[in-house]
Amino acid sequence: MTEPTPASPQAIEALRDEGPEAPPRSQWADVWRQFLRHKGAVLGGGFLIFVTLAVLFGPYIWTLDPQQLDIRNKDVRPIYTVLWNGDATVSWAHPFGTDNLGRDQLAQMIAGGRASLAVGWAAMVLSVLIGTAIGVAAGFFRRLDGPLMRLTDLFLSLPILPLLLVAVTLFRQPLRANFGPEGGMFILIVTVIAITSWMPTARIVRGDVLALKEREFVLAARSIGTTSWKIILRHLLPNVLSPIMVSATLGLATAIITESALSFLGVGFPSDFPTWGKMLADAVPRMVDFPERVMLPGIAISLTVLSVNYLGDGLRDALDPRIRGR
Amino acid sequence: MSTQPKRVRNRETDMKLKTLLLGAAAGVALAPAAFAERGSDGQVNIIYWQAPSIMNPYLSGGTKDIEASSLVIEPLARYNEKGERVPYLATEIPTVENGGVSEDLTQITWKIREGLLWSDGTPFTAADVVFTAEYCMHPEGGCAQRAKFDGVTSVEALDDLTVQVTFGQPTPNPYGPFMGGQSPILQKAQFQDCLGAAASSCTEQNFNPVGTGPFTVTEFRPNDVISLEANPNYRDPAKPAFATVNFKGGGDAVAAARAVLETGEFDYAWNLQLAPDVLEQMAAAGQGEPIAAFGTLVERIEMNMTDPDPSLPEGERSTVAHPHPILSDERVRRALSMAIDRELLVEVGYGQAGRATCNLVPAPEMFASDNTDCLTQDIEGAKALLEEAGWTDSDGDGIRDKDGEPLSLLFQSSTNAVRQDFQALIKQWWSEIGVETELRNVDSSVFFGGDPGSPDTFQKFYADVEMYANNFDGTDPQPYLSMYRCGNEPKPSTQWQGENINRYCDEEYDALLDELARTGEMSERTRIAKALNDMITKESMTIVPLVDRGRVSARSNTLGGVVLNTWDSELWNAADWYRIDG
Amino acid sequence: MLTYTIRRLILSIPTLLLISFVIFMLLQLAPGDPMAQVPLTVPPEVKEQMRQALGLGEPPLVQYGKWLWQVFVLEPQVFIDWLTRDTMLFGWLPDTNLYAGELRVISWQTRSPVMDIVIQRLPQTLWVVGLAYVVGILISLPIGIYSAYRQYSVFDQAGTFVTMIGFSIPPFFTGPLLIVIFSVQLGWFPSIYDTTHVVNDWDSFVFQLQQMIMPVMVLALQTTAQFSRYMRASMLDNLRQDYVRTARAKGLTEAVVVNIHVLRNSMIPVVTVIALGVPAIFGGAIITENVFKVNGIGQLLITALFANDLPMVMTLTFIFAFLIVMFNLIADVLYGVLDPRIRYD
Repeated sequence: MTEPTPASPQAIEALRDEGPEAPPRSQWADVWRQFLRHKGAVLGGGFLIFVTLAVLFGPYIWTLDPQQLDIRNKDVRPIYTVLWNGDATVSWAHPFGTDNLGRDQLAQMIAGGRASLAVGWAAMVLSVLIGTAIGVAAGFFRRLDGPLMRLTDLFLSLPILPLLLVAVTLFRQPLRANFGPEGGMFILIVTVIAITSWMPTARIVRGDVLALKEREFVLAARSIGTTSWKIILRHLLPNVLSPIMVSATLGLATAIITESALSFLGVGFPSDFPTWGKMLADAVPRMVDFPERVMLPGIAISLTVLSVNYLGDGLRDALDPRIRGR
Repeated sequence: MSTQPKRVRNRETDMKLKTLLLGAAAGVALAPAAFAERGSDGQVNIIYWQAPSIMNPYLSGGTKDIEASSLVIEPLARYNEKGERVPYLATEIPTVENGGVSEDLTQITWKIREGLLWSDGTPFTAADVVFTAEYCMHPEGGCAQRAKFDGVTSVEALDDLTVQVTFGQPTPNPYGPFMGGQSPILQKAQFQDCLGAAASSCTEQNFNPVGTGPFTVTEFRPNDVISLEANPNYRDPAKPAFATVNFKGGGDAVAAARAVLETGEFDYAWNLQLAPDVLEQMAAAGQGEPIAAFGTLVERIEMNMTDPDPSLPEGERSTVAHPHPILSDERVRRALSMAIDRELLVEVGYGQAGRATCNLVPAPEMFASDNTDCLTQDIEGAKALLEEAGWTDSDGDGIRDKDGEPLSLLFQSSTNAVRQDFQALIKQWWSEIGVETELRNVDSSVFFGGDPGSPDTFQKFYADVEMYANNFDGTDPQPYLSMYRCGNEPKPSTQWQGENINRYCDEEYDALLDELARTGEMSERTRIAKALNDMITKESMTIVPLVDRGRVSARSNTLGGVVLNTWDSELWNAADWYRIDG
Repeated sequence: MLTYTIRRLILSIPTLLLISFVIFMLLQLAPGDPMAQVPLTVPPEVKEQMRQALGLGEPPLVQYGKWLWQVFVLEPQVFIDWLTRDTMLFGWLPDTNLYAGELRVISWQTRSPVMDIVIQRLPQTLWVVGLAYVVGILISLPIGIYSAYRQYSVFDQAGTFVTMIGFSIPPFFTGPLLIVIFSVQLGWFPSIYDTTHVVNDWDSFVFQLQQMIMPVMVLALQTTAQFSRYMRASMLDNLRQDYVRTARAKGLTEAVVVNIHVLRNSMIPVVTVIALGVPAIFGGAIITENVFKVNGIGQLLITALFANDLPMVMTLTFIFAFLIVMFNLIADVLYGVLDPRIRYD
């Protein structure tokens, strides 16, 4: 990665040169230009921006309260159902329909997206940060390897359910007192998901670092007196970026789903607080009669994860000097 | 058909005879060969979504275990689907009238049927019954059904076929021991080395008890599947109709319902607590039908009469030292009850398996009070009552307040889809009368566990109101009503064990309880029980009953003879089940 | 490498002891009560007597000590006795009869030895979860390799799409969905797994396949998604390295370049992930097992957790901990084999 030599033209598809050399420009402009070439990444990024804006500002446009019950208007189908079923109960007041207690699904999707995305991103970022830090430290510093990896073994072995129950018993009351019932639960959920999911990232990063630190370029860097900190930042981290990206993408999906499992166990948000994962889980028993109730949150989760995946692909390509700038 | 008259003779009432004849006639119409001979109908597949872990109800109080073992081991008498006692291994139900129960209500004498054999071919005697009492009453055994033997001073075999149970004091309801699925008879020869602390090491005995019931275990896989076959020594030579039973456990209620109603893989599914629309949609597939029956199970909201404020020091929260700042006022409790539309709750959560109720004791009929005031929702009345109690919305935020404190409640329950729907609905109604509610749901293994270290158990009640369901064993509500006695509340000094969950305390109530314990005459007992029920529900609104919950199970269209029974094991009459051809 | 392995093996003993102690304390701290599933109609005094009969009254450290003794002394004795008595492999040795009937690790729910139940559950767990894992690896590695080799081809795009959607849809949804389609609508496969089924002829083998196919599909989807992503990412990194150009310049065929040189160097993250997943096979798949009623070890663990059956939870978790420590050790050794430059000493 430190030697940006162009690949030979007859090499594999991904490495082929396209067009003439561009005139010199700044590194970040190059990164941006390369990123824009990746259609998936642009689409993914666009979708993420759209979803984020929708969940942030949606409640101001679609002002129905997601927790408001309207039992007379329960089980309303989404508006598009009319296309093939003229008899379906639909209403423009509820374009995505309502659930079995008459809660508006569009409002639930917006509010649920807010919670799911917040939990998903926060837990994923935290977990990847912990995992990467521990993985790099263990792989790079031989003395830390043993203790840190045994710690990883310990965390891998801990049974999650009792851990959750202990965390709730010990921390719910203080967190609730300081941050309110929802804020407190948010912190608890994010922390719990993060500390139970960083271990694979740590082991993967460590494995890669073990191999990388014996490579010539690290040796070269060390021989000219580069500090360990600089070596890690400049030479190791960029090279373990792709497994981290994969971990992050998978981690986001896992975090969104895990959150729903937690609220099922009564460890998560209050039961009337919608999240995508919980909407999906609640709708499974009725999926034959009301497929949209599983489809809407399911598609939202999938598209978000796909977008993050493409975004990660695009970012990685854009940051790779071997591909970029040609 | 030849066996029908014999069975009928053993029943108590004419009513029973009529039902049976009708049932038999229907059976004949549908399935001419149904009563032909033992084992002629092949295999019956039963699914319990909670898998049984042991076949000995004395070591596990779990319903799943009691019901599974009821296929193999039997009590002297059972309750039928109407809550009446019917003799099984006994010849008749002992009563004061027939001399089986002594005049002073301290002794009950059971006569055992002649010629009964255990499944291993040895004779069933009074010694086995005496041994069963000894087994459960052993101080180190940790017997789950010990309460059935409360007050028993001795159990003696007068001869091979007569057992006499003596109580220390007059016992108006002497039918605790050896009655119903919780108290079946174990074989002395098999269990005699399993007394007390040795009970746990008797794996083989606990998995494969020798019994008198219609089936015996061939293979027991704990928490997974039980294979059973017809008992060759069952007392009725024509029964059971099924040669084998495949008793599968695991999964969830939705999957169990699906296996019976939609795919037809199984014949009988137990306890399908599902939303009515889900069940209805599955039943539309036409492979089977949901069946429902009512017992004494009542879903209720309990009001905390003590203050659960987290700022109180640990050990004083939710104790009688601090009365609840909001709920101590009877008018607030009444307003909260008035705001609830119980009929709608039933419609959303239970359908045909629920009935709106205002009673803690909804059955048996003679004990049920005619208390129906709460059935109509009255939002305006509730608002007026709160105004009267001094709760007004002074700052215009939609939430009432008094002395600067908002009318805000923490409402907890166990995790269960129907309960969470109920919580959401009730929160909505309460918000209409200006009450703010925070919902919390706790996993039922924690909520119903008695761990004194957990803040989330229903006994500790670190919330303002909570919702759960409870019922009582058998048909006598006395022990159930006695739970709400002063001093019986969970508190730190008793490791938070105790049954008076809402910390209700009323001397008049306690006095009436004592009177009930002294009274043997039935009409008098029902009067007192009804008065007690009214005191704790409609008069004080300490307990706000919501729904009288039935049991829903499902049977396949090809399974005949099922009579759903909520007073005893659901599988109580498995010997009479048969295959409907077609 | 050998000294490293031996050192790690010795070190794993205190590690496991520490882990078992932490797990034990965690379970002690966790709220829960084995009496939670006993109906409310059973009075509190009776429940208290039942707790005493289970040994809950003893101080935690005594309970822990007993458990250690049972797991490290009694259970191996039972196992050796079984080996020399009932197995082909060691049956020729004289019966050892080491075990003299002391109390083994007894489950609170079933009052039977925990290890017996675990062994009873192994066949269905390995059949379903193990097979799904193998299927997942066999599908995912080629997908990952080919996706990387032809990055952004139609195959790669489709693969990405399917695997990411597969991964982000949880099994509690895909499971019932498959049941509704294949059991309810089409009636092809049973929705309930028969754990007592014995394969002894062609028909019973076909039935076994039918009842396994849905849980295996659900589980393999998750595994495939995960492994193929790591494989692809790692291959992409290595395909861009200089040594690939060198190898091609030497005139090696594409097959050799990709499948030997690049693949070997790309295996480190994949080996890590696979090794992390193997203990999970024995851990079972809690949700999938529950959906299809496979009742393997995952279902055993979750029911034990809900019933607060501490001896069962403790023993199962410890078995997983043992497997985790061992397979991570194996992964570390494999790193050295895959990349000889990695040195631990």
